[in-house]
Amino acid sequence: MQVSMSVNGDEVTEEIEARMLLVHFLRDQLGLTGTHWGCDTSNCGTCVVWMDGEPVKSCTVLAAMAGGHEVRTVEGLERDGELDPVQQGFMECHGLQCGFCTPGMLMTARALLDRNPSPSTDEIRQAISGQICRCTGYATIVRSIQWAASYEAAATVGSAS
Amino acid sequence: MPDLEPGQTHLHAGRSVLRPDLIEKVTGAAQYCVDIRRSGMLHAKIVRSRRAHARIASIDTSAARAMSGVVAVIVASDLAGLFARFGHIVPDHEILASGKVRYYGEPVAIVVADTEAAASDALDYVDVDYEDLPAVMSAEEALAPGAPLVHEEQHRRVDVDSLSPVETGADQGELRTSNVAHEATLEWGDVDSVWPVAAAVVENRMHYPMLYAYAMEPYNAVASFDEGRLEVDSTAQHPFMVRDDLARIFSLPLAAVTVRAPYLGGGYGSKSYTKVEPLAAVASWRTGRPVKLVLDVEESIYTTRADSAEVHVRSAFDDQGHILAREIDIVMDSGAYADNSPLVVAKSVNRSFGPYRVPNLRVRGRSVYTNTSPASSYRGFGAPQGVLAGETNLEQAADRLGIDSAELRRRNLVRPGEEILHGKRGIDADLPADLEMVVGALREHAPEDQSWFASAMACSASDAGAFPVSTATVRVQADGSVIVLSGSTEMGQGSRSALAQIAAEELRVELRVVTVRQSDTGATAYERTTGASRTTTLTGLALQRACQDALSKLRSMAAEVKGCSADEIAPSPAGFALPGGDTISYGEVVRSWFGAAAGEVTGIGLLRREGATAKMPPFWEIGMIGVGCRIDPATGAIAVEQLVTVGDVGFAINPQAVEAQDLGAATQGLGCALFEELLYDGPQLMNPNIVDYRVPRMRDLPGRIDAMLAERRDGVGPYGAKGSGEGALNPIAAAVATAVARVVGRWPDRVPLTPERVWRLINETGPDDTTGDRSSPREG
Repeated sequence: MQVSMSVNGDEVTEEIEARMLLVHFLRDQLGLTGTHWGCDTSNCGTCVVWMDGEPVKSCTVLAAMAGGHEVRTVEGLERDGELDPVQQGFMECHGLQCGFCTPGMLMTARALLDRNPSPSTDEIRQAISGQICRCTGYATIVRSIQWAASYEAAATVGSAS
Repeated sequence: MPDLEPGQTHLHAGRSVLRPDLIEKVTGAAQYCVDIRRSGMLHAKIVRSRRAHARIASIDTSAARAMSGVVAVIVASDLAGLFARFGHIVPDHEILASGKVRYYGEPVAIVVADTEAAASDALDYVDVDYEDLPAVMSAEEALAPGAPLVHEEQHRRVDVDSLSPVETGADQGELRTSNVAHEATLEWGDVDSVWPVAAAVVENRMHYPMLYAYAMEPYNAVASFDEGRLEVDSTAQHPFMVRDDLARIFSLPLAAVTVRAPYLGGGYGSKSYTKVEPLAAVASWRTGRPVKLVLDVEESIYTTRADSAEVHVRSAFDDQGHILAREIDIVMDSGAYADNSPLVVAKSVNRSFGPYRVPNLRVRGRSVYTNTSPASSYRGFGAPQGVLAGETNLEQAADRLGIDSAELRRRNLVRPGEEILHGKRGIDADLPADLEMVVGALREHAPEDQSWFASAMACSASDAGAFPVSTATVRVQADGSVIVLSGSTEMGQGSRSALAQIAAEELRVELRVVTVRQSDTGATAYERTTGASRTTTLTGLALQRACQDALSKLRSMAAEVKGCSADEIAPSPAGFALPGGDTISYGEVVRSWFGAAAGEVTGIGLLRREGATAKMPPFWEIGMIGVGCRIDPATGAIAVEQLVTVGDVGFAINPQAVEAQDLGAATQGLGCALFEELLYDGPQLMNPNIVDYRVPRMRDLPGRIDAMLAERRDGVGPYGAKGSGEGALNPIAAAVATAVARVVGRWPDRVPLTPERVWRLINETGPDDTTGDRSSPREG
């Protein structure tokens, strides 16, 4: 079957098997390997992308279901050559080690901050609770997202003054 | 280039610099093995045994071969002419089961197809006819008299001194008489003379569970066999050792086999040694096309797990609490193939009795074949199994002797330089000082509400670093930038950063001009393994030597082109100071000497067992942990409110990265203490997935974390460094078990301490008591 969608702002149309999952569509069909494939059971969260601005686990979404929708992946986080603050935060605060869970973490973190620019620690933990990191023990991930929130708050104050 | 501030001795080492791999990992550009595609690539899926132990009567592949997209179906008989087994200690591991299967999930056939989906579709059409054999599903069953044998044949051990491949058929060994895969012992003094005269004899038994390391990137490999050359990209921690296995399988020169490991999505020891590479390689050999094999989580769990263990400890003390003797028996369920379990059990023996003065000691460890999935390395490597029983034994002794357990440890811990293994390196750490750091942090931050709460500590020392064989190469370019070549694999631990920092430090260049390339057997320097926390220490030493070699060459070349003596040339940033006050950069030296805007200077560093690394182990890895646990009496659930880690690392090349390693290791250890356990129900696992196999999640993050570093520059590595990454895991299950016992008043006999188990400890008593409190005074 043929499927068309917007991926990181680009319109794409591909011929696929109807059973193809969105994660494989992004990785194998489009070569966007920043989105990782992990548990295949909607648990680990390394495959999280946005569909119409909502984080979804792309191993549990058929590519066909994404047809006509706007998909955003980790490759689409950077804006005008600038790293997104959540990307900077994860680097500054060592929010990753092997990095395999990181793309999914970043997409969820970005979605959280878009809705709630100054989340509490509990709200951050809640937002990430559906994803697994096996390296860090999570503490630095919380710090990374706090760093991004503070950075954006400072930038907002700066631009308002 | 940063300036030296007062008190700082290094420009780059010892600073929490931004790791160079992080930028690729936050943009999605980082390439993992699972991302690699080759043109003309086929996809493999594995037909796996549905029996724990059975004779393969027949395999009918015709229906599968007829399916759309299927290119080949490969079974054991198709591997004739190859040495179709692997195993770096005992080559007992068949690539594809021939004759019989030894565990549920064992590879029986490979389906190769145009797409992964087509290969998956064909799996159910491979018809395997089994005749069941009696199975041994636990070490206890496997050790029973007359137990069925998992392996009838004793395979000869790999001759590690010979590089020549074992010839096909040349290793037909003797017949086996038991399921013991390996036995390791350690003994000194006379334990038996001590029991009758001791003030207290304390005995306990602990079960350590089967675990899955759960690296989030599952095992996968892409292999390409062409014209007598084999190229493999794989999720291998030790690409050089995988290369050795592959060369033996195909009777190829080592140089004709290339194994590359890109970024690994986690390893934690579970990607040590050969796993899926032979399956992908024989599939490519049969089809003549590149073949990619990606396992799912369930297959990965069946590929490798950690050895479970039953450990029995008996310790004798005088009335002042001094240890008089310890006797320890370790039985590990190592599954169907040896893999690294012989070494795991040997290390468990060394690591089980603790960093204490033990005048009389007897330890026996046995690794036992069973019809379960093969066990091998996992972070900590035998230490957690032994330490759980050994440290809870010490805590029970403290109860009995009426001595505070921290004080009991103070009286028994070895001091810096003292040996705990006779003839081996003395302890290169200050354990009493580390202990006070944990005791202090636990006391300082103790919660006011002490109801259903207890804190506890535990410690361990691991003979770490493995055998010291490391090499490193530095290539100084014509613009003065530097390429570092290393065979150590970057799997998240931050070696790419640590090695870059060491090279920049030694060569006095800016960090940004250093590029580290790793783990390509055809292009980078040799490294034996990436494990045992060795990279910073051993690869680091080799790299320091490579830098000194390059500097020595550059200095001579500078003298030659400037017409002065090398003795007149002094070090300066990114180059040399010349007589007369001028300076010359490395780039100018290279360009002037070659006489063109070209060339490079190579420095080589070799490390073996001599000099600083003559004594084994290269260093001791210390585990020193404190936890504060609160139990919900209604549910038995444990909340870890405090976590205290002390990273006794000698010198932290990148302090932020070292703390991160400790927190990660401690969290994995908490997983084992609280939830993680693979459980067999009959021939197969009940929970081979991450829904039912519960790993720590965000909500399990400890309430308060005190991560401390102890930097006393007492390691043999660069600037006094020692390795880290395993220490914080090793004692944590013992600390949690002790905290639970302090709260509920009864000793558990196993981990993980799931809510149900804790609830039963609280609420169940009586003759069926299955807790581990066997600490009654020994009769007679």
